[in-house]
Amino acid sequence: MKFKVNNHEVFASTGGRPFDKKKPLIIFVHGSGLTHMTWVLQTRYFAFHGYNALAIDLPGHGLSSGDSLKSIEQMADWVNDVIDAVGHKEASLVGHSQGCLVTVECTSRYPDKIKTLSLMGGAGAIPMNPELLSLAENNDPKAVDLMMDWAHGPAGHFGGHPVPGLYHINTGTMLAKSRTIQNTLGVDFRACDNYKNGFEAAKKIKCPTLSILATDDKMCPVKEGKKLASLIDGSQVDIIDNCGHMMLLEEADRVLTVLKKFITTNYPPLSS
Amino acid sequence: MTDKKKELKPNTYKFDTLSLHAGYQPHKNAGSRQVPIYQTTSYLFDDVDHAAALFNLERGGHIYSRISNPTVGVLEERVASLEGGTAALATSSGMSAIFLTVMTLCEAGDHLVVSSQLYGGTVNLFRLTLPKFGIKCTFVKPRDTEGFKKAIQKNTKGIFGELVGNPGNEIMNMPEIAKIAHDAGIPLMVDATYQTPYLCKPFEHGADIVIHSLTKWMAGHGSSMAGILVEGGKFDWMQNDKFPTMTKPYEGYHGLSFAEEFGPTAFTMKARAEGMRDFGPCLSPQNAWNVLQGIETLSVRMKKHCSNAEEMVKYLSNHESVAWVSHPSVPDHPDHELAKKLLPNGRGSMIAFGIKGGKDAGVAFINNVKLASHLANVGDTRTLVIHPASGTHSQMDEATLKFAGLSHDMIRLSVGIEDIDDIKNDFEIGFRAARKPRLVSNQ
Repeated sequence: MKFKVNNHEVFASTGGRPFDKKKPLIIFVHGSGLTHMTWVLQTRYFAFHGYNALAIDLPGHGLSSGDSLKSIEQMADWVNDVIDAVGHKEASLVGHSQGCLVTVECTSRYPDKIKTLSLMGGAGAIPMNPELLSLAENNDPKAVDLMMDWAHGPAGHFGGHPVPGLYHINTGTMLAKSRTIQNTLGVDFRACDNYKNGFEAAKKIKCPTLSILATDDKMCPVKEGKKLASLIDGSQVDIIDNCGHMMLLEEADRVLTVLKKFITTNYPPLSS
Repeated sequence: MTDKKKELKPNTYKFDTLSLHAGYQPHKNAGSRQVPIYQTTSYLFDDVDHAAALFNLERGGHIYSRISNPTVGVLEERVASLEGGTAALATSSGMSAIFLTVMTLCEAGDHLVVSSQLYGGTVNLFRLTLPKFGIKCTFVKPRDTEGFKKAIQKNTKGIFGELVGNPGNEIMNMPEIAKIAHDAGIPLMVDATYQTPYLCKPFEHGADIVIHSLTKWMAGHGSSMAGILVEGGKFDWMQNDKFPTMTKPYEGYHGLSFAEEFGPTAFTMKARAEGMRDFGPCLSPQNAWNVLQGIETLSVRMKKHCSNAEEMVKYLSNHESVAWVSHPSVPDHPDHELAKKLLPNGRGSMIAFGIKGGKDAGVAFINNVKLASHLANVGDTRTLVIHPASGTHSQMDEATLKFAGLSHDMIRLSVGIEDIDDIKNDFEIGFRAARKPRLVSNQ
């Protein structure tokens, strides 16, 4: 569906079901340079099971208009604006990679609104490799190829996607190249590199929190994810073996199973 | 010593590695090194919730082998990886892949612009069968790039062609025709059977959908029928209102919009969810496995096919019984320069040549070669020959034959990977018979 935030049109996938204000809201926030499409194997389940599942395209990404936001703090406030714009008073947040920085910051800023937080491949800080950052800011497609290489674990490089026929490295590459690289990936990488408040923000979080980490994640290693989780009271941690940073595609079923249990327990759906 | 900084390079697997490994993880299949053949019709659901989730496309997985099958799924991913595509859907034959592509794209009242130089069965599909579904086509000669532009109408939904036409070896200027298609907001669909992704990756030249008869070089051994459609993932279905079945809520899946939900894989998802469900041209797991065996050696075979073909071009070009030779490697072939650009790894192993003496000589040649097989296939490891005017394209009338660039003296040769001297020796037998058709012909 499309709606406006700060006078710019925002696109959010609703998981194939109509938006219904009566249902609790889950917002899925994608990673650097990507789009709502990365969540297709998680959102549709929640949309069919009593939730409004909104997989948003950040400004300037995917089908959303406007310019990309330049800081994680701006993105966090923007997610809060999305909750208001769709007429909800509260939401559950799910983030991947950069989306984790955004949702951690948002939850710390708006603690009364955010009811659960789910982090996938998250860390308290995501400093960027300077050469990768430079490639992305200079619109070099090699930045996307490097990101897709590093973001997939050894097993993920072979494929074997749960959706028959879908080859996820090429799909991820196509998503990241769907808009001008320097305006999406370049801006996002710089925002991640600049963001220093993750650990402090984590200490303020009181809502139920889940961290899903992967043993072969080179971009946000398990050690970093655990460090972040240790700062959040009562945070749960689930570690997926033989999987890289793109866990929501590489191990889509496993991620959905863990996420389903956590969210339905802590933020129940509207019963039919 | 100077400390040289190492340049960052992506380490994703290369073509030959993907040919052997893409789409398959042994640790998820009991450690089986070879891809298992899942000879089953259907798959257990964990519970009712799981069943509903699969039917609603909420999660990936298999329901019924008409829609998907794990062995076939490995083949689909493998071809998608080799083509540089986002997703693929395998079918029971190349023709069913073309039909499914058209039916996923078009509705009654739509129009397609189609290259005139195609396999005879494909010509008949576009010329005679699709009009029965309300889909009309305008044929354009493959070298008439401007003709493609002129033929586009308000209701045109795409351009279709074989990259190298069958059997005359005319090459479509894919980058220019892709631009024409994209300027009109429609996709370019390319049948790249003759090339395989080893010789050409059409997505790098602007194609949006690539189709293969896997029966040919991809499988390579003349054992199994199979087809596939592969999606490039770049085409924006939402850029205009031409593709409502991709962009508007689809009643068959609870109001799903394929373009919104599946973005760069939307076309394949629709072709599977709607096309395989409703038409059902599914590939058998045994045939998928056979094709996978072929793909494991694709680059090795294609190198030999191409080197043998170039030898045969030289041999035929200098032969007293040959009137003309058409192959993109020949310097005076009209598309020689374009072929160098689009087919950098080799110009393929299909040769068309004219035999002196016309139709009778052609018949005598075909009837007397012993090593080369006379049959209606191409892309076998073995050398194959046919006389198109009396075989693959025999259902065409004179005018259509002429428009398709076919002549009665034409012999189509699919060069195999036998020892090149043995192929030449066999052809000498055929040419001798062609020079004295009544004395040597066995008919």
